[in-house]
Amino acid sequence: MSPDLLKLIFGRLTIESLPLHEPIVVGTFAVVATGGLVMLAGLTYLRLWGYLWREWFTTVDHKRIGIMYMILGIVMLLRGFADALMMRLQQALAFGGSEGYLNAHHYDQVFTAHGVIMIFFVAMPLVTGLMNYVVPLQIGARDVSFPFLNNFSFWMTVGGAVLVMASLFIGEFARTGWLAYPPLSNIGYSPDVGVDYYIWGLQVAGVGTTLSGINLICTIVKLRCPGMTMMKMPVFTWTSLCTNVLIVASFPVLTVVLALLTLDRYVGTNFFTNDFGGSPMMYVNLIWIWGHPEVYILVLPAFGIFSEVTSTFSGKRLFGYTSMVYATVVITILSYLVWLHHFFTMGSGASVNSFFGITTMIISIPTGAKMFNWLFTMYRGRIRYELPMMWTIAFMLTFVIGGMTGVLLAVPPADFVLHNSLFLIAHFHNVIIGGVVFGAFAGINYWFPKAFGFKLDPFWGKMSFWFWVTGFYLAFMPLYVLGLMGVTRRLRVFDDPSLQIWFIIAGIGAFLVFLGILSMLVQFAVSFLKREQLKDVTGDPWDARTLEWATSSPPPDYNFAFTPVVHDNDAWWDMKRRGYQRPLTGFKPIHMPSSTGTGIILAGLATAMGFGLIWYMWWLAALSFAGLLVVGIGHTFNYHRDFDIPAEDVIRAEDARTKLLAGAK
Amino acid sequence: MTVAVQSTQSGEPVFYLADEHPHPEGYSTSLGFWIYLMSDCLIFAILFATFGVLGGNYAAGPAPKDLFDLNLVAVNTSMLLLSSITYGFAMLTMQQNKVAQTQVWLAITGLFGLAFIGIELTEFAHMIHEGATPQRSAFLSAFFTLVGTHGLHVSCGLIWLVTLMVQVQKFGLIEANRRRLMCLSMFWHFLDVVWIGVFTFVYLLGVLR
Repeated sequence: MSPDLLKLIFGRLTIESLPLHEPIVVGTFAVVATGGLVMLAGLTYLRLWGYLWREWFTTVDHKRIGIMYMILGIVMLLRGFADALMMRLQQALAFGGSEGYLNAHHYDQVFTAHGVIMIFFVAMPLVTGLMNYVVPLQIGARDVSFPFLNNFSFWMTVGGAVLVMASLFIGEFARTGWLAYPPLSNIGYSPDVGVDYYIWGLQVAGVGTTLSGINLICTIVKLRCPGMTMMKMPVFTWTSLCTNVLIVASFPVLTVVLALLTLDRYVGTNFFTNDFGGSPMMYVNLIWIWGHPEVYILVLPAFGIFSEVTSTFSGKRLFGYTSMVYATVVITILSYLVWLHHFFTMGSGASVNSFFGITTMIISIPTGAKMFNWLFTMYRGRIRYELPMMWTIAFMLTFVIGGMTGVLLAVPPADFVLHNSLFLIAHFHNVIIGGVVFGAFAGINYWFPKAFGFKLDPFWGKMSFWFWVTGFYLAFMPLYVLGLMGVTRRLRVFDDPSLQIWFIIAGIGAFLVFLGILSMLVQFAVSFLKREQLKDVTGDPWDARTLEWATSSPPPDYNFAFTPVVHDNDAWWDMKRRGYQRPLTGFKPIHMPSSTGTGIILAGLATAMGFGLIWYMWWLAALSFAGLLVVGIGHTFNYHRDFDIPAEDVIRAEDARTKLLAGAK
Repeated sequence: MTVAVQSTQSGEPVFYLADEHPHPEGYSTSLGFWIYLMSDCLIFAILFATFGVLGGNYAAGPAPKDLFDLNLVAVNTSMLLLSSITYGFAMLTMQQNKVAQTQVWLAITGLFGLAFIGIELTEFAHMIHEGATPQRSAFLSAFFTLVGTHGLHVSCGLIWLVTLMVQVQKFGLIEANRRRLMCLSMFWHFLDVVWIGVFTFVYLLGVLR
């Protein structure tokens, strides 16, 4: 074939684009490909494709979509953590003239991919998954406001993850750091596909995130069951509401700033260039106007989880519910007024820096109020040290340290010294791991029995817990020390041999975290094998307080046979206390949304379009775009998107539960 | 919440609705669409901000005074404003359940929209022909992106409009179609409001600068 024709078909994708010269990548590819093939063959052999397609891929049930988000988050955690281990190993080795084992080209991709994956494809799916699963149940709703959109949002997130993963084996990923600052990320300095993978991966996933934000806001505002006024909503629902408001108010900013970078790279505009009036500082401002709210998007739901867990396992009503709600709202607002603290050193001047330094410090006030609320909830409570509670206590201790180093960094003169150092790395891992990751794990251990009808194995859960917590401290406390000594981030090799011991300790910590992740996978497997022993038929294994525990575990498709009526903040606690009798008769057909394959098809097309744009395969991009239009518009011609669950099915499901409950007594 | 939640006469608390009615179809749609519009509004806000910051960086290239033909922009603005009025007429006839008239007003709206896009493209072509390309300076990058994004929105609105006309023709002014027409109405007026901003800040203030 002529080179012109090849170029027309494959764009800039050539055989040289495949990283065949990188033995580490080839090895990884071999492992992933073998694993993938085994899995695909297994699914085919077990004839599970039809089941997966009908019951999972096309489902509009918020519970199943929530579970799929969690699976995505955990799978991507393995990838993101593999990157972390590689960095820790490299930095522990590369002393005394040693180059380590990663070349600069590869190392730069690894730290970029680690950041992007951990934030966008681990933390976000875990948080979104928990919100998706829990919020409709907590507010006594049958599903979210826009069930089809929910399915579409999930698959767009997957599409973004697929693009980022594809960059590992086809071409390369960005070498710019996780926020891709120009001018480095502009076409002149990053002419390869790496930044394009970054851009399109995030754009595709970002559409999903924004839509899911709109969806959950509507759900919480419109679909609460009778009696649940705003100030009777569970705290997790409140934090979810604030998080989704933040999503809708910040992700469009990311969309625009990435679109402008795209124009710079593809069309040659001058937004963030050094010439022709462009301003790279504009990019840094805009991306952090999204970026700072983003960290609160992640941590607020975690705060909600800790609130639910603390009150449940202390056997007490949450201390200071109202102040908790107001603290959450205040954090939501303040999170927009602090973005400049990410670049005090850029030179905005003393007064601007002071303003943002002070607003940053103010955030610690509502956060501190929350901390005291949790402590006072525990005070004189009958605390049960189950796994969710253990994660919560680990969070309180760890997050306070991270918060204090954050306030330290908020002081502009201190920041001038610590900016871009490992101290900063230690700080944000301290709050994200200590806050978001511990929160997600508390949430997983807490709600797992709701989703699957059996508890998670406590022994392996505790193994995971102790490995994670000790591993975290070993991995990141040395980084504080190194940062104070002036070691900057993203370095590949070091000259000063006296630093090596700290990196070795950090490496040991990372290895312990690795054992923690392994233990968690073992925990899932063991729990599945011991599911009969760990079974919970009551639907309320923790003697909990909010509505999601009022229905069976796992809940039926329709969540509640009758829509609950709420009188109190802790609705389910109130129902139990006042002798609520579960209705046994009078069931009616229930109106529910139907499954549809449109979401996954649209997301597939969007992913293909992204791939075409990354590699300059214009025909593929154009074709997928046309496909998006046709399928999207075609979908609007379907006016029948609901069906009724017949009363007999409801009766059958509810009778089954009655028998189970009778057996439990 | 319209349902009484206190308790029955006997004093027993009510914990569930024995007789409930599902939320009507499209119960959350207008709220959802409003929130979507606000997120879209943020997109424009950032583009305006970018124009505000970079709009004076001509890089020794052409400035607004050299480029903008206010007469043409006035004609263009009137096309969009008129289309908003005619969309309003379409909504009024929709309320009266008159399919044919609704369709006619929608078609007129579409024609005004097309005229708007046509004039905008002519303007762009003229500017590019004179060497004022998006690549020429940060001002022009910001200008083309802000105005172009608005134009892109109007184009999407046109595709949506045609789709809805087909659906109204096929299925009549059923509840779902009314809801969709209402959403497009909000979208169309929203673009009008954004255009007022573009007209004022980009064109009028640009020429004054």
